[in-house]
Amino acid sequence: MSSTPFALAAAPSRRRDALQFYGAWLAVIAVMLILPRAFSSGGALTTFSLMGISVIFALSYNILLGQTGMLSFGHAVYYGLGGFLAVHAMNAIGAAKWPVPLPVVPLIGGLAGLVFALILGWVSTRRSGTAFAMISLGVAELVASSALILRSFFGGEAGVTANRTKLFKLFGLSFGPQIQIYYLVAAWTLIALIAMYALTRTPFGRMCNAVRDNPERVQFVGYDPHIVRYIAFAFAGLFAGIAGALSAINFEIANSAYLGTQQSGVALFAAYIGGIGVFIGPVIGAILVTYLSLVLSDLSSVWQLYFGLIFIAVVAFAPGGIAGLLLRHRPLLRAGQMWPVLRAYVVAAPPTAVMLAGLVLGIEIVVRHTVGTSDDPVMHLFGYSLDTGSPLSWAIAALLTLVGFTLARLTWKHVARAFDDAMTVARAKGYLA
Amino acid sequence: MTPSAPPAIALDDVRKSFGRLEIIRGLNLSVAAGERHAIIGPNGAGKSTTFNLISGYMAPTSGEVRLDGQVISGLPPFQINRRGLSRSFQVTNVFAHMSVWENVRCALLWTTGHRYAFWKNVDRLPDVRERTAMILEDIGLAARAEVPAGLLTYAEQRALEIGITTAGGAKVILLDEPTAGMSHAETERAVALIRRLTEGRTLLIVEHDMSVVFGLADRISVLVYGQIIASGTPDQIRNDARVQEAYLGVEAA
Amino acid sequence: MPGLVPGIHALIDNKQDVDGRDKPGHDGDQSKLRTGPILDRRIAADLRQWQGARVLELIFTSTLNGVLFGMLLFLMASGLTVIFSMLGVLNFAHASFYMLGAFFGYQVSRWIGFWPALVIAPLAARVLGAGVERYGLRNVHRNGHVAELLFTFGLAFVIEETVQMIWGKAPVDYRVPQLLDFPAFSVFSTNYPAYKVFMLAVAVAIFAALLIGIKRTRIGMIVQAALTHPHMVGHLGHNVGRIFMLVFGLGTALAAVAGVIAGPALVTQSNMAALLGPILFVVVVVGGLGSLPGAFIASLLIGLLQTFAVAINVSLASLFGPLAAGHGPSLLTDVWNVSVAQIAPVLPYLLLVLILIFRPMGLLGTRET
Ligand SMILES: Nc1ncnc2c1ncn2[C@@H]1O[C@H](COP(=O)(O)OP(=O)(O)O)[C@@H](O)[C@H]1O
Ligand SMILES: [Mg+2]
Repeated sequence: MSSTPFALAAAPSRRRDALQFYGAWLAVIAVMLILPRAFSSGGALTTFSLMGISVIFALSYNILLGQTGMLSFGHAVYYGLGGFLAVHAMNAIGAAKWPVPLPVVPLIGGLAGLVFALILGWVSTRRSGTAFAMISLGVAELVASSALILRSFFGGEAGVTANRTKLFKLFGLSFGPQIQIYYLVAAWTLIALIAMYALTRTPFGRMCNAVRDNPERVQFVGYDPHIVRYIAFAFAGLFAGIAGALSAINFEIANSAYLGTQQSGVALFAAYIGGIGVFIGPVIGAILVTYLSLVLSDLSSVWQLYFGLIFIAVVAFAPGGIAGLLLRHRPLLRAGQMWPVLRAYVVAAPPTAVMLAGLVLGIEIVVRHTVGTSDDPVMHLFGYSLDTGSPLSWAIAALLTLVGFTLARLTWKHVARAFDDAMTVARAKGYLA
Repeated sequence: MTPSAPPAIALDDVRKSFGRLEIIRGLNLSVAAGERHAIIGPNGAGKSTTFNLISGYMAPTSGEVRLDGQVISGLPPFQINRRGLSRSFQVTNVFAHMSVWENVRCALLWTTGHRYAFWKNVDRLPDVRERTAMILEDIGLAARAEVPAGLLTYAEQRALEIGITTAGGAKVILLDEPTAGMSHAETERAVALIRRLTEGRTLLIVEHDMSVVFGLADRISVLVYGQIIASGTPDQIRNDARVQEAYLGVEAA
Repeated sequence: MPGLVPGIHALIDNKQDVDGRDKPGHDGDQSKLRTGPILDRRIAADLRQWQGARVLELIFTSTLNGVLFGMLLFLMASGLTVIFSMLGVLNFAHASFYMLGAFFGYQVSRWIGFWPALVIAPLAARVLGAGVERYGLRNVHRNGHVAELLFTFGLAFVIEETVQMIWGKAPVDYRVPQLLDFPAFSVFSTNYPAYKVFMLAVAVAIFAALLIGIKRTRIGMIVQAALTHPHMVGHLGHNVGRIFMLVFGLGTALAAVAGVIAGPALVTQSNMAALLGPILFVVVVVGGLGSLPGAFIASLLIGLLQTFAVAINVSLASLFGPLAAGHGPSLLTDVWNVSVAQIAPVLPYLLLVLILIFRPMGLLGTRET
């Protein structure tokens, strides 16, 4: 995020920056266009659509957490309200035969998110830190419980359905086939990406960062941190509403799960695992989390447990998320100090893998041993079968975990040392970041 | 300046208690516009608290603070800042994760009128860019523009603190021990910097270093135990018996 | 909040035709006498008297249940508050330890009985809690408060999934011990179970022990100091780590005690932490972050509020009659027909919002976060 500070900054380097900048955006567009051609199955298209929605949602969440330092546990409120408004809008448009095509509907969801964020955000953005986090949770519970009472709007447990093909058709697009939905989502994802990126480059965006860093000092340079947080909250609501509306369009339904704490957790997980300190962190996180949740849910019945463990691991060991982890290596790369660190990684990898394998094995054994599983007690792994009932497999799991852990601890200490040494060299060469 | 012009800062029987403890006990102070006014006093006398009361960080328990004749006590800090008063902190208080460049820029976005603008590219604001570059030049951190403020050396952070405080162009500047903990050479540079940056503005400064105080200030007030015990020109203060007893005596002990 | 408030379902069932708002002796209530023409005056008067008794009964049992629920809340809120004041972390997983208490209690009482479980389960939770502090939180601490809060958030998630993995999603059959499975006394027509009296006794006993502990023991002094001067905690000296571990462990053990004793009376299920957690946060915000007396008052307030709301079956429709027939289902009919009992789950959060608007520091709070 380097802004060329000086008017006299060398012209060629600025031209190169610009080239890189626009090149990156063109690459995003290219990927969006190529994906449906490379993987054209309905399942793949749905996956990509969900990724796009998730990207918008996670980025909107990061306006709060990453940009302005507000930890929210209730961001799904605006996602959900956007979704419900979109469903009702689709039904109303279809019934009244208004000349409003489907691609406009996400805007309605976004406005819903914006309006509700403006209403609900005023009080909660007065505070920051832990108090804000708890208030966001309280407001989320308030809305979620109210949703179950106001059945005519929220449809009770069943939710509200809509038919996206019944709207006014622009250019003969019915939006029945998933490929058309994919392009709709892709277009909105691109718009939202650009808008949210641009937002970080405005005076307001910079003051968000200032509020995140030091809300007290902000007051002494003329800004009211409450207003900064409030505007940020409104923008986050807007984009969350767009994401919710897209989701409602994709599934043709909105239900109470859209508003729930689980959905808020999804945004938090995606943004944090990807890395809240960098703009593209949540993008990485959203894509990864969506992908993992689809893959893992096929592989294991306790995939959510793995998710939680991954999240805890990121919080404990890589608070900058994946993007932050990668960025930490930039000075090393620039200073040509990557080799010793890479070597240390290679050494650390096998024992870590052994430890993880032991853990996973242990968890899966427990799963097959406890209530309510109709699973085959015999596990099939890489052509071996393992009877989860036998003490032998328990012993194997324990052994792998313990041995892996012991060795991994040693090797990771070595990694830390190698990293520090390389960093010292890089610093000495003047590469700070 | 016409003789009838109100003082830039006026404190009128200001009191502040924390719990049952009264820290500021009826403080009266008047700083004329354009004046360089120093506050001296032993540790714990209430100098920083006085700054907190003037800048809106805290509201006085009773009494009145006026800026250019208008009552500002009870207003939040940002409104006082918008009326043209800016302060620094005794303990460095910058935006640690943002670059030096961003730190200074954030400090002048409000006064340059960009406020909460979310429709302008912050990198394409020529006025902001020029002023930021100029201030970085002034505080000697131009070469460190890209460094996160949290990674600066102590003296650099103090310079940045002064830069942030003066960047917005406030007419009244409050500096709380700007040279504390600096070496002799650093102090001299800081004093020159302060002199330059506060040219034509009103300055209220808390300082322990007597050579700085007597070299910089037009007037000096001595704050002891929550009250101003003397106020006058450097010469008057130097020769004031009560000051020598109450303050310089403490200092010597 | 199904299953949270003791005795809710029983109450809803046996007071179908009681208007909770009726005070005994109040006359001139037309709405409940819609069947009027058939009854002669005498029967109507009898009915009123009978309803008066039902109302008294309702007030009595609801107060008892409310205080009980409030005390349970305080068992958890007290630990949460002390941990927050000392470590600066809002332990998102606090309610998860309450859940673990209930499940440990269930498991141990199946193996060796309820009474050993009453001791063993909280001890197990305490060891677990201390471990979480020592090997988890303490390492995350250097990454700041957000990371700490998120760590406990992830932990809550993992604990819920683990409980689900081991005990399943359905409620487990955690029963009241036989020794206490009898009605303690009966009020009018309802029997008040001895087990609830026992719960109340345990909660009050622990409350008393806490009061004494905080006044008399060294760790209590430190906790007290931390509550009033949170910034001084750093100056505790070299054993600050041990104190943190101890406090965290004690806090989680308290939550687990609440779980062990509440488990048989309520529903012991893997979602019980997720249901209770947010209410717990409401309690500490309403009471004032870091204020122990505030947490106590807020616990009772919310306990009573919810229990009473659940017992009141009044809706706008029952007060003013149904809406004109022309109305199809709409937001208005939703609001018109919903009873106070049905909005009971919303009330704590409404209270939270009101408190935030009118008293942002909470009832007894002294500091903004
Ligand atoms: N927020 C506060 N709460 C309680 N006491 C305070 C607070 N701020 C300052 N004090 C007390 O007020 C007195 C004066 O402090 P201060 O104004 O910082 O003195 P100094 O003149 O050294 O700047 C000190 O005794 C300090 O402990
Ligand atoms: Mg001071």
